[in-house]
Amino acid sequence: MQVTLTHYLILSAVLFSLGLYGVVTRKNAIMVLMGIELILNAANINFIAFSRYGGMRLDGQAIAVFVIILAAAEAAVALAIVLNIYQRFKTVNVDEINKLKE
Amino acid sequence: MNLFDIIFYFFAFITLASAGIVVFSRNIIYAAFSLLFTFFGVAGIYVLLNADFIAVAQLLIYVGGILVLLLFGVMLTNKVVSVDIKTGTLQTLPASLLAAMTAGSICGVFYATDWKIVQSVPDVSTTTHRLGEMFLTTYLLPFEVASLILLVALIGAAMIARRGKTIF
Repeated sequence: MQVTLTHYLILSAVLFSLGLYGVVTRKNAIMVLMGIELILNAANINFIAFSRYGGMRLDGQAIAVFVIILAAAEAAVALAIVLNIYQRFKTVNVDEINKLKE
Repeated sequence: MNLFDIIFYFFAFITLASAGIVVFSRNIIYAAFSLLFTFFGVAGIYVLLNADFIAVAQLLIYVGGILVLLLFGVMLTNKVVSVDIKTGTLQTLPASLLAAMTAGSICGVFYATDWKIVQSVPDVSTTTHRLGEMFLTTYLLPFEVASLILLVALIGAAMIARRGKTIF
């Protein structure tokens, strides 16, 4: 079976669902971040697949670069917040952190 | 089934299998290291889609930056020497239902849509030159805003994560 656009789209849909499952089920905040990275990668596969099968106009690849930039910024800020939460609460399990203020 | 298809299925298998380990593994270190293989598989998919610059950027930024950052986060927030490295899950049944329904509906939409595919690839030896031109012409403002966001986010992250002084 010839690999076309649909194969890439199905791959990214499955990757997105796996990331969604990880975000919803994990207790550890860092695992939630890993799920978010999976979701962003799935979106990027879609952008680049449409860029390739839409005639190589490269707009999708430019957007993919912005997605990667924002993923880097998001990971840095989120991990800084997670470290701060760990110093305060001595845990990073998102189901135990339920106080806004002590 | 030619060589291109075999390579696609190889990279897709690597990506999905290691993503499955990321999501289902109880050990957070195993999950972080299999995320490495997921990123490698996705980079291979990018190469198959004629996106050489994005593939290299994926390897440099995701594997070299974000993954190392996540591993540092794991090391700094878990008691690595004790048994506390395991991570629990909650609400697995509704979450699996949700994920399955999402995957089913998205795949259904992808199958049902009649995509207008341009099968012939125009002359693309490398994409880096054209991407650079686009960033300095069409996408100049988003490019500058993205660089500013990255600068602000990194300085802010360093401020927030300073040791000894909690801001919150």
